Amino acid sequence: MKFEFLTTYWPFYIEGLKITIIYSVFAVIFGIILGVMLALMKLSKLKVFKAFAVSYINFVRGTPILVQIYIVYFGLFSFGISLADSTAGIVALAINSGAYVAEIVRAGIEAVDRGQIEAARSLGMSHFATTRLLVIPQAIKNILPALCNEFIVTTKNTSMLSIIGIHDLMYNTDTIRGNTLLAFEPLIIAAIIYFTISYVLTKLIGMLERRLKASDDRS
Amino acid sequence: MMIEVRNLKKNFGKNQVLRGIDVDIHKGEVVVVIGPSGSGKSTFLRCLNLLETPNEGSIVVEGETITDKRADVNKIRQKMGMVFQQFNLFSNMNIMRNMCVAPMTVKKAEKEKARERAIELLRRVGLEEKADSYPQQLSGGQKQRVAIARALAMDPDIMLFDEPTSALDPEMVGEVLAVMKELAASGMTMIVVTHEMGFAREVGDRVLFIDEGKIIEENEPKQLFENPQNQRTKDFLAKVL
Repeated sequence: MKFEFLTTYWPFYIEGLKITIIYSVFAVIFGIILGVMLALMKLSKLKVFKAFAVSYINFVRGTPILVQIYIVYFGLFSFGISLADSTAGIVALAINSGAYVAEIVRAGIEAVDRGQIEAARSLGMSHFATTRLLVIPQAIKNILPALCNEFIVTTKNTSMLSIIGIHDLMYNTDTIRGNTLLAFEPLIIAAIIYFTISYVLTKLIGMLERRLKASDDRS
Repeated sequence: MMIEVRNLKKNFGKNQVLRGIDVDIHKGEVVVVIGPSGSGKSTFLRCLNLLETPNEGSIVVEGETITDKRADVNKIRQKMGMVFQQFNLFSNMNIMRNMCVAPMTVKKAEKEKARERAIELLRRVGLEEKADSYPQQLSGGQKQRVAIARALAMDPDIMLFDEPTSALDPEMVGEVLAVMKELAASGMTMIVVTHEMGFAREVGDRVLFIDEGKIIEENEPKQLFENPQNQRTKDFLAKVL
């Protein structure tokens, strides 16, 4: 194993990592917006909304992310919509993440105790007040840990974007492999970086969960 | 007349849970509803503040027909406090906020006023010192006493109790019943669904025995418990007394 290439090529990793993080953050932000909308549609009484959300979620969860990236990248182009590579990449990831976030949000909302909602209504509180003061705060608490997990998944999924030419960590790793003619070693470094991100985020989630739990017990 | 119920019917799908309930409840009266599980007694109570929408019949509360489609549900519910089997305190709020949130959002009460009233009511149920605690830190009996105080904070004219002691450990039943007795003595109109026959006997002005969605028998407690007329009442009482 030779790692001398790092002395020359470490900036490639740093640049790639930046792109990976930027894309993850944007994909997650748009994924959350999309996911919340889909979750509300799925919980809606309107059949059209519900049907749309259910089909969307099933489609996205039932197809590989690589296919979804290709559909956004090539498919939209053939309809005359041309997106910049970067936009296409973020859109594809957000479309994917949105479906998973939707299920997380829906489950978080449905997990709010019905009895407490009834109690609020029995006190004369409106549907809106109950949602604002009871359902949303409690749902957020239910959702947050799972949402952070989704962030980890999305971060790892950004590696797929290398195939549409986004210069992320994975793409730059391939560049290094080409330049150095080392097939294996650059991948180890990439894996270590991905793992470190996931590991740190997992630890952060653990801390968050403990804090949320502590605020439940208040003891 | 506080509440007039006429021919109240409720179905869940094909299952008819209430098959025509007629009853009048007077101001200051404590009406205890007993009956086997699944008899419809909780559904009856939940129809009174429209947590369940009746399929047929009418309910008139203080002269207002609440089963009318145009009735303002939130307004009606303010007049009727409800206490649940599972307490249903708001787990994301401390006791003080549990007490103040409805008066402040629904009645637009000022924060200071609402807090004062909350302290007063918590003192009444003996839990003043728990104002800053969270529901998770309270025992079942304490939770239920807070739930009663929370309902009273809206200054209701009627209090509905849906098996308020059924989810409690036996040693905590007494403290909740004591609060309810005090409330009854203060002249509150109360409708109590319960399995506590001792409470029914001691505090109730009238007992309704419901089975299969109908009121089978109603009488003052002493009469109903000691001299039931209907065979089904007799069978039920033989099992529970």
